[in-house]
Amino acid sequence: MTDAGRALGARLREHDLSAAPAALNLLESTAPDDVREAAELLGELSPARLGGEAPGHIVGVTGPPGAGKSTLLSALLRELRTDGRSVAILAVDPSSRRSGGALLGDRARIDFDPGDEGALIRSTAAGERLGGLAPRTRVAAQALAAAFDVVVVETVGVGQAETDIADVADTVAVVVQPGGGDALQFLKSGIMEIPDVLVVTKSDLGQIALNARRDLVAALRSLGASETEVVAVSAAAPAAGVDDLVAALERHRARTDVAARRAAGRRAAALSEFVLEYGERGLRALGGRRAARELLAGADPALGPAELLARLEEHLP
Amino acid sequence: MGSDADPRLPQRDRPWMMRTYAGHSTARASNDLYRRNLEKGQTGLSVAFDLPTQTGYDADDELARGEVGKVGVPIAHRGDMRTLLDGIPLDEMNTSMTINATAAWLLALYIVTAESQGVAQEQLQGTTQNDIIKEFLARGTYAFPPAPSMRLTADMIAYTVEHVPRWNPINICSYHLQEAGATPVQEIAFAMSNAIAVLDAARERVPAEAMGRVFGRVSFFVNAGVRFIEEHAKLRAMAELWREIGTQRYGVSDDELLRFRYGVQVNSLGLTESQPENNVQRIVLETLAVTLGRDARARAIQLPAWNEALGLPRPWDQQWSLRVQQVMAYETDLLDYADIFAGSHVMDALVAEMLEGARAEMSVVADHGGAVEAVPYMKAALVDSHRERIRAIEAGERVVVGLNRFTETEASPLTDDADGGIVVVDPAVEAEQIGALERWRAERDGNAVRAALADLARVARDGGENLMVPTIAAARAGATTGEWAETLRSVFGSYRAPTGVGEASAADADDELEELRGEVEVLAERLGRRPKILIGKPGLDGHSNGAEQVALRARDAGLDVVYEGIRLTPAQIAASALQEGVHVVGLSILSGSHRELIPSVVEHLRDAGVQAPVVVGGIIPEQDVEPLERAGVAAVYTPKDFDITRIMRDVIHLVGERSPSDGAPAASGAA
Repeated sequence: MTDAGRALGARLREHDLSAAPAALNLLESTAPDDVREAAELLGELSPARLGGEAPGHIVGVTGPPGAGKSTLLSALLRELRTDGRSVAILAVDPSSRRSGGALLGDRARIDFDPGDEGALIRSTAAGERLGGLAPRTRVAAQALAAAFDVVVVETVGVGQAETDIADVADTVAVVVQPGGGDALQFLKSGIMEIPDVLVVTKSDLGQIALNARRDLVAALRSLGASETEVVAVSAAAPAAGVDDLVAALERHRARTDVAARRAAGRRAAALSEFVLEYGERGLRALGGRRAARELLAGADPALGPAELLARLEEHLP
Repeated sequence: MGSDADPRLPQRDRPWMMRTYAGHSTARASNDLYRRNLEKGQTGLSVAFDLPTQTGYDADDELARGEVGKVGVPIAHRGDMRTLLDGIPLDEMNTSMTINATAAWLLALYIVTAESQGVAQEQLQGTTQNDIIKEFLARGTYAFPPAPSMRLTADMIAYTVEHVPRWNPINICSYHLQEAGATPVQEIAFAMSNAIAVLDAARERVPAEAMGRVFGRVSFFVNAGVRFIEEHAKLRAMAELWREIGTQRYGVSDDELLRFRYGVQVNSLGLTESQPENNVQRIVLETLAVTLGRDARARAIQLPAWNEALGLPRPWDQQWSLRVQQVMAYETDLLDYADIFAGSHVMDALVAEMLEGARAEMSVVADHGGAVEAVPYMKAALVDSHRERIRAIEAGERVVVGLNRFTETEASPLTDDADGGIVVVDPAVEAEQIGALERWRAERDGNAVRAALADLARVARDGGENLMVPTIAAARAGATTGEWAETLRSVFGSYRAPTGVGEASAADADDELEELRGEVEVLAERLGRRPKILIGKPGLDGHSNGAEQVALRARDAGLDVVYEGIRLTPAQIAASALQEGVHVVGLSILSGSHRELIPSVVEHLRDAGVQAPVVVGGIIPEQDVEPLERAGVAAVYTPKDFDITRIMRDVIHLVGERSPSDGAPAASGAA
């Protein structure tokens, strides 16, 4: 266990996709040796080392259970691979951790070609934290973005978890199925953050899907979110609209300042890690949330969440 | 009936149709078996197809490897069907075919074979199982997504009602629901909901005046467990509900068309590997459940063999089961009387209780939008029920003689011989079938086949015409099973059914499980990651009930479980194990293809650099355990290992032993 982390990081930097499984094993581990190796690995992939942000497009795909996310992911994977782009999917399962264990069922629902070395699917449990993204998922997504063209982080929900995923992803796509009406209510009531792209699945339902799309467009317009594209997709055969989705994701990324968004995401992550660790009392010790934000804003934007957290900790009495 | 009336029937009833579910190796070998069975007094045929035929692959497909001729006969084209039925007059025979996703194709081959015997399709009698919803729920041999599958079913019904009027185009199966863990109430409710979905789909494809005849051709295939009084009540309840659905939902009034007609295979789930001779009395009692009361008696019966939990039964084992039927029908006075439960308060109360439960459950399914939409709900409900059943056996609340009680036993002379008392399919069969297939393809008129398949694709795409017509044309032209299915897959797409495990709730831990969770926490600490297991089924076998239960228990013991489901190639399993970084791989296999597939999975894993240990569960004969271990399998579990928590304990210890203690991941794949 000498420089395994560094070697894996270097391989990812060189787009050696076969390094990814072992890198993920390391990044997920809490064993002290592994944590050290993981830090070495991440060091190889820092913006400073890469000469900028990791080039891959990190896409968050989220939506309620039954909205058709897995079918959509299968179709998206196929479309991107046909295009020649490498894809990593991090499927985050929300299963309860009542027993400590988790059933990660997404893999069974996503079609993949075992001989395809340009695609990777990794399932992880949401972790001990209810609904939220495991900190390790964020780190994993950023590490994989150094090697893969597209990194998809799939989560379940339309509630608070999206704030988390917005911190990780360059583009957040929320998936809803037509007819439910829930998405509309969530949007209007503000329970749901305004997504970057809204995907209406099962567009083969025809008029129902068209109506759903129309209502969502109207709701977004009334909320002043005119940039959010609403894409109708039928992921089941014969698939339709998947190419539109890919184009919409790309258009969003093109008009986004990725470096700024990722830096903001890292700051938000550091702050929530801090609150998790030290609570409101810790925040008060820093002079409140606003003061903490200012501290973070003053730090080097290329720093990772762990280093940012350390900055905050320095100011604890 | 007054107390003075003669309880005897004026004329003794005719016995039900007697069949044996049979077929393996090749069409020729299966034909020999059928002819011998018919000579022994069997009155109908029941064809078991192999898994490639059931799922629409030719013998040379990657997914067919190890599966050819194993659980049934491979039928690739009209030539194979002709050999299978050689010398059996199809105008007289009543043939039941256990075929679902590819039912339209096999019926087409049957029709074309009858033509070659000079028998018109109007004369044919028999049944195609053709129940796709239960394949999504319990049996796993589906080929296409739900919507086009339902269209295929509806087209078959529409076609047979007009052109093969004595054929039962569909057998709604509650059988497999019970095998998947259904309670009697779930069995009734899900089967009836399923029938409604099929009839609703058929209504779209037939003229209104034909609906009565359509209803009359829908038959059922049920299960009967050893609690035979309750099971009999279940059948009476089904008969009553069926009549109610016919009159109220479909406006059927003809008494003959409203009759609940069913065939049966009694319970295999309850048959044990330990002290397997006890299965004989289980089978007899279960047969009583479907014969005892005349008002809900089976029309056709096939019985499993006493040694089914051990492997593929021999002809002698199957003969024993046929003789059970014959003793019951010809020696006893069972067929002498009117319905013996008429007026029974106990039976009436049981039936009423089940009807109430079933109606409530049916309305839940209806609220989901019908059986097709409710597949995820029903699947999760079955997984939950099955878990409860296993828990009760483990806890000893449900007694299984010879398994969890009265386990002391003398050595059995029945399983003493060298092969352990089962048939082992010659592995050469696969190569033989592939060779024959290549010759068939070379000798047929390739242009005619291409044209027929192109027309099949057109009809599939357009949606207006009946798919049976181009299917029969393709059968006549000499197309193969794999070609027919591939043509439809290219239009309809493929599909993966819900696994039901994600939705299942967490179990309350007993002391043993609680202790195990503690061990897992310690192990997780040492490994740096929570121990992660990949569970999947290589090959085409879709019987996932066992794998699902193991997955749930692994989760409940605290493991991270990647449940990959059914129909996996060794390459897929290896890729998944590598990508997921698992610490152990658990494989389940019931089709007898373990000798070919398991060593291949181990090899693929090692080639991918995955060092995680492999454990295997399923119907694995004793004599195969050692060769598997030599091929690199760490542990083998068979049906006598009914205590899943104990299996989990082994697995967790195995991970502990095999994983390095310095926190290095077991499945690294690093260079």
